[in-house]
This record gives sequence, C-alpha cells and structure tokens, in this order.
Amino acid sequence: MPKLTPEDLASIRERMARTMSLREGKARAHVTVHLGTCGIAAGARDVMRVLMNLLEQRDAEDILLTTSGCAGLCSCEPMMTVEVKGQAPVKYVHLDEAKTVQIFESHVLVGKIVPEYALAVGSERVG
Amino acid sequence: MKPYRMHLMLCTGTGCVSNKAFRIRRVLEETLAKHQLQDEIAVVPTGCNGFCAQGPVMVVQPDGIFYQMLAERDVAELVEEHFLKGRPVRRLMFTPSGEREPVPRMSDIGFFGKQRLVALRNRGLIDPEKIEDYIARDGYAALAKVLTEMTPEQVIEEVKQSGLRGRGGAGFPAGRKWESRRKAPGEPKYIVCNADEGDPGAFMDRSIIESDPHSVLEGMVIGAYAIGASRGYVYIRHEYPLAVERLDIAIRQAREFGLLGTGILGGGFDFDIEIRRGAGAFVCGETTSLVASIEGQSPEPRQRPPRTTLWGKPVNINNVETWANVPVILLRGAAWFASIGTEKSKGTKVFSLVGKVRNTGLVEVPMGITIREVVFDIGGGLADGKRFKAIQTGGPSGGCIPASLQNLPIDYEQLTEAGSMMGSGGLIVMDESDCMVDVARYFLEFLTDESCGKCTACREGVPVMYRMLANICEGRGTQGDIELLEELSQAVIDASLCGLGKSAPNPVLSTLRYFRDEYQAHIRDRCCPACVCKPLFHYLIDEDICNGCGACKKSCPHEAIEGEAKSVHRILQDQCTKCGACFDVCPKDAVTKNPNRIETRESREVDELVPA
Repeated sequence: MPKLTPEDLASIRERMARTMSLREGKARAHVTVHLGTCGIAAGARDVMRVLMNLLEQRDAEDILLTTSGCAGLCSCEPMMTVEVKGQAPVKYVHLDEAKTVQIFESHVLVGKIVPEYALAVGSERVG
Repeated sequence: MKPYRMHLMLCTGTGCVSNKAFRIRRVLEETLAKHQLQDEIAVVPTGCNGFCAQGPVMVVQPDGIFYQMLAERDVAELVEEHFLKGRPVRRLMFTPSGEREPVPRMSDIGFFGKQRLVALRNRGLIDPEKIEDYIARDGYAALAKVLTEMTPEQVIEEVKQSGLRGRGGAGFPAGRKWESRRKAPGEPKYIVCNADEGDPGAFMDRSIIESDPHSVLEGMVIGAYAIGASRGYVYIRHEYPLAVERLDIAIRQAREFGLLGTGILGGGFDFDIEIRRGAGAFVCGETTSLVASIEGQSPEPRQRPPRTTLWGKPVNINNVETWANVPVILLRGAAWFASIGTEKSKGTKVFSLVGKVRNTGLVEVPMGITIREVVFDIGGGLADGKRFKAIQTGGPSGGCIPASLQNLPIDYEQLTEAGSMMGSGGLIVMDESDCMVDVARYFLEFLTDESCGKCTACREGVPVMYRMLANICEGRGTQGDIELLEELSQAVIDASLCGLGKSAPNPVLSTLRYFRDEYQAHIRDRCCPACVCKPLFHYLIDEDICNGCGACKKSCPHEAIEGEAKSVHRILQDQCTKCGACFDVCPKDAVTKNPNRIETRESREVDELVPA
C-alpha cells in the first residue's frame, strides 16, 4: 500500500460511498424483489443476481436492493417493486433477465416507468 | 468494493463477544454460503452497539431492523426468512417492557432515540479492523484539513473555542492544556492517550477503542501536530485484550497508509504511536503514576509539578474519549461542537449505564441531559418494578446522587455541586434494595486494595474507614462512628498526594450527605432498611401466602425451616444464615426480607425518594 495523500482519502471515500449509503439507509431508489417460495421457484433469485450485477457494473451508489416475501400474486412471479424517491411504487410481473435489465435501465436509473411489464402503480392499503 | 445488497452489522464488542457473537458470525457466514447468499449479503463485525443488555445484537441494513439476544440456533431461520425471503423475524426483535408488540426498527427504540453520537459517531457503522471503513465515514479528513490548511496555533484556538474539556474526570479544558504544552520548552514532546480505565462498572474507553480505534489515533495525530510532539503512547490495560488487538491492527494500518510515521499524508509532519500496556492498577490512571509507569518505574504518584513531564520532556495526556472528539471538532468546527451541551460543559458524554436499569449499556448523550432522562427514557426505568433510589456517578472517587435530585442536569459543575463528580462516566443505578452503607463499604474496600501505599493518610486512613463501615454493616457500629468517619475523610483528603486519596472518601461523604438516616438506622437501631446487611435483617414466611409446598425446606442448607407438607412453614431464626436460598426458590413469593426493627421514620424516608 503506497502512502496516502489527502486526495487519496477522497478517492477511498468515493469508492466506499455505496457501502456506506447502504449502512446508513440512504437511497434514491428502492428495488424490492419478491422472494417468496413461489418467486424463488419461478426464478426470482436469477432476477436478484441480474440486479446485483447491474448495480456493480453501473456503480450505482444510491439504489437499495432488498427482498420481501410473496406479493400475493403467485401466478405472476417473478415480481419486483420499484420505488423511486417521491414517486408511487410500481410492481413488475413475469420477469426474466431481459425485462429486468430494461426496467433497471429505464425506471430505476432514469425514472421512466416501463408500462408493458408493469402490473399496477401503488401498493395495497395496509391496516 | 463489490456491492452487497444487505449488510449484517453484528456487534462484536466485548459484551456481545462474551455472549458468543464470534460463533454467531461463523454460523451466519456458513449458513449464508449454504444458500449461495455470500455474494449478496455481507456480515460486518462492528464495535459495541451500546445495547449490551440485549446482546448479542445485530442491525440489518438498509432496513434498519434490530435483532437482539441472538443464539446460534436462530441463524437458520433468520437467513431463510429474512435474508432470503425478506420477512423479518419478529420473535427476535426487541419488545420494550410493558408493551406487547416488538419494535422492528432501531431508530424507533427509545434506548437509541435520545442519544447523540459524537465520540461514538461510527459505532455500529464500521468494521473497526478496516481502515477503509473509517476513511469512508470522513476518517482522517480532519487530519488532512489540519495538515494542509491550518497552523498549530489555529488548531489549538479551534479546540479552545469548542469548549472541549477532558473526559477522563477532572474536566480541564483541552485547548488550554495543549497551549501550555506547545509553549513548554524541551524536545522531543510527547502525547499520551490515557486508556487506563479502572472504575468498577465503567467500559466507555474500552468500547470506543474496540469500535473505532482510528478516531483515537486521528485525534492524537492532530494533537501532536498542534503541540509539536513527535511520539505518542496509548497507555492501556492488559485486561482489555480485544481493545489492545484492534488498536494494534489500527496502528499498523495507519502506518501502512502513511497516516503515522514519517511524512504523514505526503507532508512534512512526522509522528508515531506505540502501545504501552499496564497491569491494571487503579492508581495508574493518575497522571504522574501513569507517566512513571510508561518510564518503567513503579507507578507511584509524585508531587505534581506545574507541568507533567515524561523522561523530563513535555507531555500532553488526554483520555480516550477526549481524543475521539478531536477529529469531529476540527472537521465540523468549534461552533458546531459548542452548540451542544450546557454553558460550561460542551458536547456530549459517553456513559456506561449499569446497575438496576432495564437497558444497561453504552450511551452517549448531550451534556445537560437530566438524570431522569438517562435512567427512565434511555435506561427504560428500573428492572422488576422497583423504586429508583440513587445513582452513583464518577466511579470510586465519585458519589451517590439521590432520586430526589433526578431532575439535575448532568454536567461537570452540577455533579460537583451535588457532591459527586463527572469522572470518566460510569453510571450505576441503584434501587430500594440497595443499601447505601454497603455501597460505601464496597467502594472503600476497592480503594483499600488500590491505594499504592505512598501516603500514610491514604494507606492507613482508607482501610480504617473501610473497617468502620464493615463494622456498621455487621451491626457493630457505635455512636460517634459517623462523626469519626467525617473527621477521617477530611484528614485523608488533606494529607493525600494524588487524586486517588483526595477523592477516596467521596463515596462515604456523599452517602452521608443524602442517606445519613440509613447510617443511623444501622448504628442505633441495628437495622438495615434495604435488607442487604445480613446481621441487620431477617427472613420471614408469610403465613397467609405459604401453601406448604416445602420448596424452601428442601432448599435450606442449614435445616432452618420447619413445617409439615401442605401446612405453613416457619424459619428458625437461630439457625438461619440468611443465605437467601428459600427467598429465591419460593414459587409463591411468601418469603420476605424484613429489617430487624421496622422504623416508621425509615418508611417515610423511602417514600420521599419516590420519583415524581
């Protein structure tokens, strides 16, 4: 390890920014993959893997990727919910690798919903 | 760095490690691998999370979900349900006392809500063994700013403006100390970090080093630059193995990264730090003893010179928490730091909250917070529904503050005025079942062991006071003991050289100040109102409650209980040794503790102490 300069400190901070924003729970967009038994059987873990790779490739710092259980619509799995800060969440259904990439590029990164794969905007009322 | 979607911030402070946190870490990693989640989810060992009472604890990020009291057998369910399927496991969450529903999110738990983290700013957020984690949280940014933009005089001025006072006990303004050392003649100059934390029940400094060692190192390098020192020591006790190990790793990493050694951060400033381990003598926390110990001499205090020296050269000694505050002050500015706290006590203070509170642990709060807020809002009140009686602050040199003063704001001046002191930050909460004479006896016993023996007043006076207190607790107190204790206290204070002797009588004086009646009850009535001193209370079986199950009789090691099956049992007072076995075992709570002579005056006294 070469000796650091003040500039090196800044570059380490930049490199670690995603790791830290995850720990601090800060995010611009929140992607939830529904990993119930039905989702896993239909291939939701592949969707998760595709998203993990996309995050790494794009160096996307402010996007949180989480999982949740069955969304209640088992026949439409694999599913995911995309929630861009300040906008209503959107549920996407019948995902595969190509669709996942397209939704990530368009909705998650740019904020443009992909209506052809979307099931609905919003979530159920809770409570 | 490879992105993960989830970080499991597992506490590996000493408290959680003793509850098998390292084993949980291993099982977690194995189970994650079994589900092929090892590339998606990272296990991050952190320093003390603070909520030691609920350990081992783990915070799942980014969701902020707080799990507590984890065991190896819980791991499989956690991984399958939460980490794979995203369904948090409610049974492993924290449920506040008196409530039914668990609180999933850490930020909603009262224990964490009132805290303000400055010295502990990275707790639970970084892996203490990874310097990159510290740098990512603005670590060493203050050092870079200081070395490239500020003169040593400007650094000292900033620290003076911030109002930072020594966190080791006396509360001397740090900036003024630095200024005098900068001006002191002699080369080389030294920096020392005092990590010889010796108060019973105190673990603030230990936790800071275990959770964020680089914050202490960075503070020391900044201090060295300000003072013009070239060499530093961390004086730490050998009884803190995890802290020593993490500090050692941190020093090696800092050297490797050019943050210690020659030409720090590519500039012209040279400074290096070594660890000096102490054998755990209480007196070594005292400045002149500490310096003697570093020099390799017997750690006896010396007549305090106007300026302490190490090997005859100027030395600046500050405590762990003081050093950990320094980088934030330089980075965020003196005005920001001075905006927290009270008029004369700025910033925050780290406390180890122990004793009879529900939520024991490590807390950091703004100066000026009241005792009540710490005990009830953060501490969750007293365990077992007992009444709050007193809080001991400042360790063996401190004193007990009664519950009637629970609205007292905690800062240096207020605590001193109340007859106690800030000390290094131990807070021991006591309830109605604690006897204040016994508490004073305990601290004097500790100090008898720890006195170095140099000054006659401390060496002989403290043991005499201890024996008098022990006699009072055993029912052999005589009229005039209280007055003699007060006289001896003054003599020990007047004729001792160092802080240990000068403050040794404090536990006696402060309990006498607020609980004189309790002393009198012991001496005059041969009665221990709290039922702690064995010769001064007795056990009874309540005839109305006892159902004759015989559990007490079976458990009694001295055959001091008589009674037929299914009829009321009775304790034979002559044979009873007050071991308490029957009290612990009775399923009906029919066994009671009773002061030897029930005084109406005593019950009135206790009533007055009930929190409003």
